[in-house]
Amino acid sequence: MAPASTSTGAGAGGIRHHIVTVGVENKAGVLARVAGLFSRRGFNIFSLAVAPTDDERFSRITIVVDVESAPLEQIIRQLDKLVNVVSISELAPEEATERELLLATLQAGPVERGQVIQLVGVFEGKIVDVGRDAMTIMLAGAPSKIDDFENLIRPFGIIELQRTGRVALPKLERRAARLRSITGGAGGAGEDRSEAGAASTSDEAG
Amino acid sequence: MQLTGAQALIKSLEMQGVEVVFGLPGGAILPVYDPILDSSIRHILVRHEQGAGHAAEGYAHVTGRPGVAMVTSGPGATNIVTPLADAAMDSIPLVVVTGQVPTTAIGTDAFQECPITGVTMDITKHNWLVTDAQDIPRIVSEAFYVATTGRPGPVLVDVPKDVSNAQMEWYWPTSLDELDLPGYYPRTSGDPASVLAAAELILRAERPVIYAGGGILKARAAGVLRELAERTGIPVVTTLMARGAFPDSHPLCLGMPGMHGNYTAVTAMQHADLLLALGSRFDDRVTGKVSTFAPDAKVVHVDIDPAELGKVRRADVPIAGDCRLVIEEMLTALDGLGLGPGGSARKGAMAAKRPDLAPWMAQIRAWQERYPLTYHQEEGGALKPQYVVESLRDATPDDTIVVAGVGQHQMWASQYWRFDYPYTWVNSGGAGTMGFAVPAAIGAKVGRPDKMVWAIDGDGCFQMTAQELVTASAERIPVKVAILNNAYLGMVRQWQELFYEERYSEVYLSPDLPDYVKWAEAMGCVGLRVETAEEVAPAIDKANSVDDRPVVIDFRTDAFEKVYPMVPAGASNDDIIVGPSQGEGGR
Repeated sequence: MAPASTSTGAGAGGIRHHIVTVGVENKAGVLARVAGLFSRRGFNIFSLAVAPTDDERFSRITIVVDVESAPLEQIIRQLDKLVNVVSISELAPEEATERELLLATLQAGPVERGQVIQLVGVFEGKIVDVGRDAMTIMLAGAPSKIDDFENLIRPFGIIELQRTGRVALPKLERRAARLRSITGGAGGAGEDRSEAGAASTSDEAG
Repeated sequence: MQLTGAQALIKSLEMQGVEVVFGLPGGAILPVYDPILDSSIRHILVRHEQGAGHAAEGYAHVTGRPGVAMVTSGPGATNIVTPLADAAMDSIPLVVVTGQVPTTAIGTDAFQECPITGVTMDITKHNWLVTDAQDIPRIVSEAFYVATTGRPGPVLVDVPKDVSNAQMEWYWPTSLDELDLPGYYPRTSGDPASVLAAAELILRAERPVIYAGGGILKARAAGVLRELAERTGIPVVTTLMARGAFPDSHPLCLGMPGMHGNYTAVTAMQHADLLLALGSRFDDRVTGKVSTFAPDAKVVHVDIDPAELGKVRRADVPIAGDCRLVIEEMLTALDGLGLGPGGSARKGAMAAKRPDLAPWMAQIRAWQERYPLTYHQEEGGALKPQYVVESLRDATPDDTIVVAGVGQHQMWASQYWRFDYPYTWVNSGGAGTMGFAVPAAIGAKVGRPDKMVWAIDGDGCFQMTAQELVTASAERIPVKVAILNNAYLGMVRQWQELFYEERYSEVYLSPDLPDYVKWAEAMGCVGLRVETAEEVAPAIDKANSVDDRPVVIDFRTDAFEKVYPMVPAGASNDDIIVGPSQGEGGR
């Protein structure tokens, strides 16, 4: 289940997928502000998912972005400055539970229908609509599984395909120790969340 | 109490203690202009919306209170985009109210419609589109709170015409709990462990420099900065945004660092083993080539904006917090380590083993001796702009407010004025907005009518916003403008001379087109012209004696004079060019 396609990356230059989850006020224009901090630096957002949280005054934005770590650190600090942003976490792919949903309409007449049903069964997906010469199928799962599935259904002939972009939450067993919480909550006195700073302060303070 | 949205808006501004609004009305903001007639707020009618924005900035610079500007939708709003960007770069608290087309017309390409919240999203600290008149008192409260707390900055409130006209039930938020800002937590005091680490670095340093930035002024920290410098004996450089934050006449003051900073300020930072960056942001104009900037220095970086820490230069001790509070904490920490007021070290404490700073100060004095700022005013020769600045400085009160535009004149003003008081220097630092001076001077004079206000402007800058002198005349705001008229876009000319083989492309402006004296007179000002060094002092005296209208002096200065020292763009600060003899193609 490890999201292999995301936890590795270009490697050498430090470029890889980063998952940033941003808690925001559920208000008009907030998504544009968040997206703007990426676009103004020329960084492409790889995928994006937004929906209200359990408290409907707030939404959670899950952004997957290909970017080196240093500029991402700066973007995250700039995100923190947005008045509408309530909290930010960066999740390392290996520390996150990620899910994504795929809907696809395939060319599948009576002959192919059985093969499609079989494949969907193996991946624990669902048939959500059946037409005379086509079927619409659905699969939810880890992004790598979705990648594999997409490759396997391609030969049938894809009429339309849509993925949601991933959503992620930190893995539970490591949550306390490993979640790199960059911001959020009442930033009280002296709460310097500077990662680079905290690391480098220690060698001077001693 | 039932009010219209427009009435609620004006009443909200009154509740915020706003005394003056700079603005220009138009269709979509019409309802809001009606209750102004019944308000205690003074409205100053500018001639162009950009003038409203810069005037509000000038007002904020010298008073520390937020500047307020009000304009209409569409072009009115886009005309104030430059001041918003300027205020964002220089952390100026600015509240701009824009009219907007009625909510029902938004998105229909209605007359004078512009999606100004979208346009200004990246150049405001935050902005609001008001969709319900009932929200107005709360949003105005939020706007002022956001603009003035944390790292100050510009905000914009966009008010559609139907919202202004709608009825609402008046209320006024009396606590922060009534504001809807769940994601906004301005930081204040510093992390105690980091402050202690900083204090220990101070006591270990042999070649420390305080690198004071505009954050000192924003935090009202000039007093504690002086205490820190005097107690530790550490010399202070004041950036372009911090001129006046530490007195130029103080023996520990090294003046301005950076691209056109003086040799000692630039070189002391290069040789420092500790930089105490207080409210400064390692701007490219200060650091030169970052990889070669202050290579041996450990860095303590104090800024209220955590995003500044490590943005350009890795800090050994980053401290997110308000400069005044953090410096106070540093002083307490220094007390604890044995360095008391007056710089006396307690026996046996860490401070007693502190390195002697005398060799460092001796080195600094040697640099100051060897490389002072220089120019030469020949008798009967072309009028030197530096001579004009020095003459102005010597003929005006010490607490005169100086306002500059952007370019050579700005650098000469910063270099040759002697700033001994905070909030006496107003300029466009980060954005480099030509045309800033005249309207900003008007705002400064409105904010501090008790002080003499001189704009030192360039001829290119003056032509961009001079029309606001009509505003100054009409409103009886007696600002004074010294145009250092060298008939060129001088800074660009300087770069073309030095770096483009004297191929002058589109920089010539002419010394007498327009005729600045006639233009000044046409705008209700006193206009004077000065062509020789001998005429300088009498003209300034005459200008200083006029107090019922603006004065403009057209100083015809030497077009060949360049700003030195200079660190070429992208070069290391070690490669500072001290004067013409070192410059390529210099005269």
